[in-house]
Amino acid sequence: MIKRPAFYIDMDACTGCKTCMIACIDKNDLPDNVLFRRVTEYAGGDWVRKSDGTYEQDVFAYYLSISCNHCENPICVRSCPTQAMHKDENGIVSVDHNKCVGCRYCEWGCPYSAPQYLSEKGKMGKCDLCRDYLAEGKEPACVSACPLRALEFGEYEDLVAKYGKLQVVAPLPDSSITLPNLLLTPNRNAQPAGSRAGKIRNPEEV
Amino acid sequence: MKEKEAEQVDAKGSVKRRSFLKWSAALGGVAAVSGAGMFYGLRPVESDEPVSDKVVWTSCNVNCGSRCALRAHVKDGVVTRIETDDKGDDAYGNHQVRACLRGRSMRHRIYAPDRLKYPMKRVGKRGEGKFKRISWDEALDGVAKSLGDTINKWGNESVYLNYGTGNLGAVLSKSWPTGSTPVARLMNTLGGYLNQYGTYSDAQIDMALPYTFGDGWVRGNTLSDIVNSKLVVLFGNNPAVTRMSGGGLVHDITQARKNGYAKIIVIDPRFTDTATTLADEWIPVKPGTDAALICALAYVMITEDIVDHDFIKRCTVGYDEESMPEGVPAGNSYKSYILGKGKDGQPKTPEWAAKITGVPARRIVQLAREIAQAKPCYISQGWAVQRQANGEQNCRAVSMLPILTGNVGVQGGNTGARESGYGVPFAKFPVLENPVKTAISCFMWTDAIERGTEMTDLKDGVKGRKKLKAPIKFIWNYAGNCLINQHSDCNRTSEILADDSKCETIVVIDNFMTPSAKFADYLLPATTNLEEDDFAPQGFASEMGYVIFAEKVIEPLFESRTIYDICAGVAERLGAGKKYTEGRTREQWVEYIYLQSRNKLPDLPPTLGEAFKMGIYKSKNPGLPPVPYKKFREDPENNPVKSPSGKLEIFSKRLWEIGKTWELPEGDVISGLPEYVPTWEGVSDPLKKKYPLQLIGHHYKQRTHSTYGNVDWLKKVAPQELWINTIDAAERGIAHGDEVKVFNNRGAVIVKAKVTPRMMPGVLSLPEGAWYTPGANGTDKGGCVNVLTTLRTSPLAKGNPQHTNLVQVEKA
Repeated sequence: MIKRPAFYIDMDACTGCKTCMIACIDKNDLPDNVLFRRVTEYAGGDWVRKSDGTYEQDVFAYYLSISCNHCENPICVRSCPTQAMHKDENGIVSVDHNKCVGCRYCEWGCPYSAPQYLSEKGKMGKCDLCRDYLAEGKEPACVSACPLRALEFGEYEDLVAKYGKLQVVAPLPDSSITLPNLLLTPNRNAQPAGSRAGKIRNPEEV
Repeated sequence: MKEKEAEQVDAKGSVKRRSFLKWSAALGGVAAVSGAGMFYGLRPVESDEPVSDKVVWTSCNVNCGSRCALRAHVKDGVVTRIETDDKGDDAYGNHQVRACLRGRSMRHRIYAPDRLKYPMKRVGKRGEGKFKRISWDEALDGVAKSLGDTINKWGNESVYLNYGTGNLGAVLSKSWPTGSTPVARLMNTLGGYLNQYGTYSDAQIDMALPYTFGDGWVRGNTLSDIVNSKLVVLFGNNPAVTRMSGGGLVHDITQARKNGYAKIIVIDPRFTDTATTLADEWIPVKPGTDAALICALAYVMITEDIVDHDFIKRCTVGYDEESMPEGVPAGNSYKSYILGKGKDGQPKTPEWAAKITGVPARRIVQLAREIAQAKPCYISQGWAVQRQANGEQNCRAVSMLPILTGNVGVQGGNTGARESGYGVPFAKFPVLENPVKTAISCFMWTDAIERGTEMTDLKDGVKGRKKLKAPIKFIWNYAGNCLINQHSDCNRTSEILADDSKCETIVVIDNFMTPSAKFADYLLPATTNLEEDDFAPQGFASEMGYVIFAEKVIEPLFESRTIYDICAGVAERLGAGKKYTEGRTREQWVEYIYLQSRNKLPDLPPTLGEAFKMGIYKSKNPGLPPVPYKKFREDPENNPVKSPSGKLEIFSKRLWEIGKTWELPEGDVISGLPEYVPTWEGVSDPLKKKYPLQLIGHHYKQRTHSTYGNVDWLKKVAPQELWINTIDAAERGIAHGDEVKVFNNRGAVIVKAKVTPRMMPGVLSLPEGAWYTPGANGTDKGGCVNVLTTLRTSPLAKGNPQHTNLVQVEKA
């Protein structure tokens, strides 16, 4: 039994390599238009050209690998009209395909784009923390795949004890909306939540 | 073309009819590749079916400077999932060799729809990509006859093994170095072939840096050693992408970052993934101007007297007029050159360098002081710095910084070269001896087709002969995409290859219908490394050597055969069968090599079967990170380096002589000192009026060079796009995601734009390795940077200056 499953991201180690994404795609046999985990590139800063042809710049960039945060107050669950979307006994936000009608309300509600529409089934799919792996005592595919050990999975309380509470960085939404079970260590580039200094630079990928 | 009935092929690599029908359910069109709907081994997302009936250890063998372990899940003979090394507790030094995104996509690589299935022969014009299916017997008979005829008519020196690194990490199926491959063994049983020197990766540094250090291969300190450094400066080095393996160098950096205090500065035109995450500061510099920046850093160090006089005096020659070799006129020392007392009369001040490099003079002064005061300081370069028209100069210049500051031969320092790794010994597949000693630069094979017998030692860098004996008439192209995609000036190369009166025969052996495969006369389907037993011993990590025992995961798909068996078939037909096989089957060679390796590594499992079960063998470096040149530094008189003077040669008299004797085209410079040389298509070329932007081609996570370039998953998560700065894009009305046309006199490429502040203004980057896909008008739609690169070589190494290009870009 897990009480409160959570992901942790070490932004000092994540280079945006996207191995987590491929491991997830392979493990879940995801169709073309579906990604349970996505790596967002956030970047900004300006260039100033000097009269001698040199440049001053304050460019920054960083990556955030985000899947479902199995939130404490999940909007997807609240917005699901059929109760298909639910938090199970292990705290995993899951879709009951016997109930799901594919109305996609959960998808519109979730600020992390976690629920994804499986068009072939006409139902929603999402990260289930590799429940089968957890049952075998293994980590979720994305975590054990990470070449830089930037992702960690564990009990929320344990991760907080190790890394402190979540410090939200741009472009993540305000954590009070859903109370995500997500923790991270910001790196030197990280911009504060709500910052307008940068923007998502790979919108077509996420 | 109507699809033929599946044929039973009574030879090695034959296909069971049942399997064949299972795979070929959706075959259509030309028999070369299947259409959509190729069987991918899909399962429903939420099935409760177990995904495998066995898990087999295998490897990813591509040319990324690492080697990764994969664990393939197999069900009913089909790969259903790929995992990676999961052994042990992942403690550093015995850590898991976790594959990057590419290795993890292996399932979609081996089952890709453009997988080659049968031997084929060209119909129509070479390069059109039209083929007809033939049997293996027809294929091997045809290849053997062409090869025999070519040798008889033109001699062995007309046969060339083209550079290819698609299966670099293997032992038996190795595709690089070309002289260590099964194809080389075949040719060595038949009288030899024309050799090559250099690589597409590091031709210039490989050739030039030994003139400073005296060694054949200049080693660097390991990246794990930065735990002992105060400052790390990386020139054009992006290990977060070029050394992505989770067992390798990028992991070494994050480990050292956790345990050390070094500040890391990245100097690069692009704000790379290394700079975003692993570094503290980014200093953008214009491509091809690293040497100018370094000259100015040296100017500050010399004028502020913060160089390491003791080290320079004991260990180098050519720094000042007092330490010059005999017979060189006054005014040629490094100090004279930097201070403007040499030929050019130009003091290399920070203000002078600022205009060239784009780096503000103030920052140059600060950086010089930072580097000189940080003891020890780790300075290294990736290979982007040398892949330039003045690459030989740039790479020698980088090494001037550790030399001036005395950081060579100390723990936490470096030579300025690329980092070394820790390895374990493993047996090789013997390839016999090539009786032919003539060699050309691996980048000049198109010249050798065009004007072979005009090529000379002093003009074209021919080695082993004054003049080439024959043009290239026969090309073996095994597991490589340098026939077009990774070579340069695709349009020109395409013209040269299309004329089959020049190079008469091209044999391509590969897994997929690559851009190079389309230029084949004989196109032979090879097994992927998941369809054969092999070893991957070239693990490359700072503190851990390893060997992967890669067992056959599935039976060869369709009619594909191992490269060993293909070469054995040709050898047999030319009467060299026994000499080639020594009476062994491929399986027996695998056993033989394993037993040979056990002699070197006695604690390997006693049998090959047990090794395959074990999957990976790891060995931790028992000592401190090794320090190259330590003994030399401590006592240079008794431990000289292999240069003529026995010391590090800031001024190389050998290079100076070469510069005076070689026949060089206008503008090419080979000099005794590492100088800043403005070049064609560089920052100050007047051609900038027409083509105002510099173009480089960075390595990209979607592919390893061009390997994996056809995998749909990877294209989805990391699409091909042109990096363009926000200012340059705004001036041209280009928005993120727009289709743009990048062009110069050599060609044009249509590609999507990535508008980003992470690229320096005035510079574009088009990630190298995307598959060349020319449209009807010759414009490439695949995003292949080499449509825009030139066949002109660098001066000394005759290497590929693929980051020296001027272009324009506009909305398509």
